[in-house]
Amino acid sequence: MKTIRVGAGLGFYGDSWRPVRASIERGGVQYIASDHLSELTLAILQKDRQKDPSAGYARDAVPMLAELWPLAAKTGVKFVLNAGGLNPEGARQAIARTFRDKGWKAKIATITGDSVLERIDELRAAGESLAHMDTGADIAGVRSRLLFANAYLGAQPIAEALARGADIVLTGRVADAALTLGPLAHEFGWRWDDWDRLAAGLTLGHLLECSGQGSGGNFGSAGEWARIPDYAHLGYPIAEVREDGSALFTKPPGTGGRVSFDTIRQQLLYEVHDPHAYVSPDVVLDMGTLRFDDEGGDRVQISGASGAARPASLKIVAGYQDGWMGTGMIGFAWPEAYAKCEKSAEIIQALVAERGWAVEDTNVEYIGYDSLLGANADPTYRDQLNECFLRMTIRTKDKRVADGFGRLFPWLGLSGPPFVGSMKGVQPAKELLGIWPALARRELIESGIQISLEEIK
Amino acid sequence: MKVQLWRIAHARSGDKADRADIGLFAFDAQTYAVLRREVTRERLAAHFAGFAAGEVELWPLDNILALKIVLNGALQGGAARSLRMDNLGKNVAARLLKMEVEAPEDLPRLVRERKP
Repeated sequence: MKTIRVGAGLGFYGDSWRPVRASIERGGVQYIASDHLSELTLAILQKDRQKDPSAGYARDAVPMLAELWPLAAKTGVKFVLNAGGLNPEGARQAIARTFRDKGWKAKIATITGDSVLERIDELRAAGESLAHMDTGADIAGVRSRLLFANAYLGAQPIAEALARGADIVLTGRVADAALTLGPLAHEFGWRWDDWDRLAAGLTLGHLLECSGQGSGGNFGSAGEWARIPDYAHLGYPIAEVREDGSALFTKPPGTGGRVSFDTIRQQLLYEVHDPHAYVSPDVVLDMGTLRFDDEGGDRVQISGASGAARPASLKIVAGYQDGWMGTGMIGFAWPEAYAKCEKSAEIIQALVAERGWAVEDTNVEYIGYDSLLGANADPTYRDQLNECFLRMTIRTKDKRVADGFGRLFPWLGLSGPPFVGSMKGVQPAKELLGIWPALARRELIESGIQISLEEIK
Repeated sequence: MKVQLWRIAHARSGDKADRADIGLFAFDAQTYAVLRREVTRERLAAHFAGFAAGEVELWPLDNILALKIVLNGALQGGAARSLRMDNLGKNVAARLLKMEVEAPEDLPRLVRERKP
């Protein structure tokens, strides 16, 4: 029986590709599905591109392939990556340059057409309001501040690129799970209206798209996390998939981490809204019929996915400039560490008020007490902390105010409460971005998709 | 007995635009029954009062002994415009695990209470 093994690549821009080596060397994978783009990554890439028009892609793809390709080429492992970001052609040129320098051969496909920043008027003329999906607000309010706008493409162009013989498929924005579904649909010849099989592929892609989170990393628990073996060598997950879409979920032998009923169901529901209608460009998955059978030994059998017809519209996520954040921080030791932070916050707020700065929001957090737990922090030991850090942030439309805010803090070292630490310089203003989700009919987007193939000989 | 959820369940949270989402998982069927009974939209709204500005949504998934919870309007507009340390809402699951519920004394999988 034919099976296809897909291994997880990166889970975000900046993730480690070291564990991918084990998946290729002893995980028996035929494909690596590598997700470089979180919801926000395109904003980072947009800034890169503003500085240098040849940039705008996830640069880590180049050293990743430089390190892994010799190993992958031996057994014909193919890569599907969304590292193209805002500039898949730029990514291809950079990778091709590296491959030529080293004398390696490969067929590299690029998929474009996800960016709709230049097509906003065209889409609106075609009847798409591009109103905010959650609030219904008119996009006109942020139009002049848009930095990027990209539709989530599906798995079909990826499958087509593979059918044309690509060894490496570079995309821009696609649904993360499409990086896995594309190779599976291509290999098994799944029809694009075989909703249950597509739903199975979507499930596996979703379980693979966050690298180590699918194999025991970030296992949200008390006590249990400490029993995950060998974090330092945590292996990334692998799906061994059968034609009917059922699969064995596992990880390479001799690696750390854990694949179990517990660890993979945490990933299944991660960043999912309605679990009975998990919408992707290719199919809508109902997670309520899935079966996970834990065989032990880092092996879980997955079956039972059910799918419904794909949506008529694709999701677009745009990002827009939304003001500036100013940040200041100061730490205090016992005694009265928390009280001294609180007093410092009062002083800073008074100084901001005296200056008449236009501040839209102020956020006060006490690191060591409530900066991660917020109002759910247990106040029992608040007044006996060994040490505590005040972190204050403001939102403002004025970049100078955001810069000035951080500069209010160092003065406290000599003229404020005693026993300070962490005077490590002033944090500059940080640009804030709003996220704008919207919908557009799929045919309007898909008419712009282009697949091109370059053979490096 | 009163227990905090961390003794009977595990959880992971993430972000999508202005929503924080949490998966809450029972260790076994008996504990799942406790979660179904105790973790309601009303209790969640109270636990996250002042944090989630919008509606609380909840779906039980019997097949994986889990509850899917979505807190709308919880992330100050989204991770990239949030002023918070935890802009990505990764700790919302930890906040949930501190919620106190009523559970029977004889649950098979009870994570032991440790002295602080």
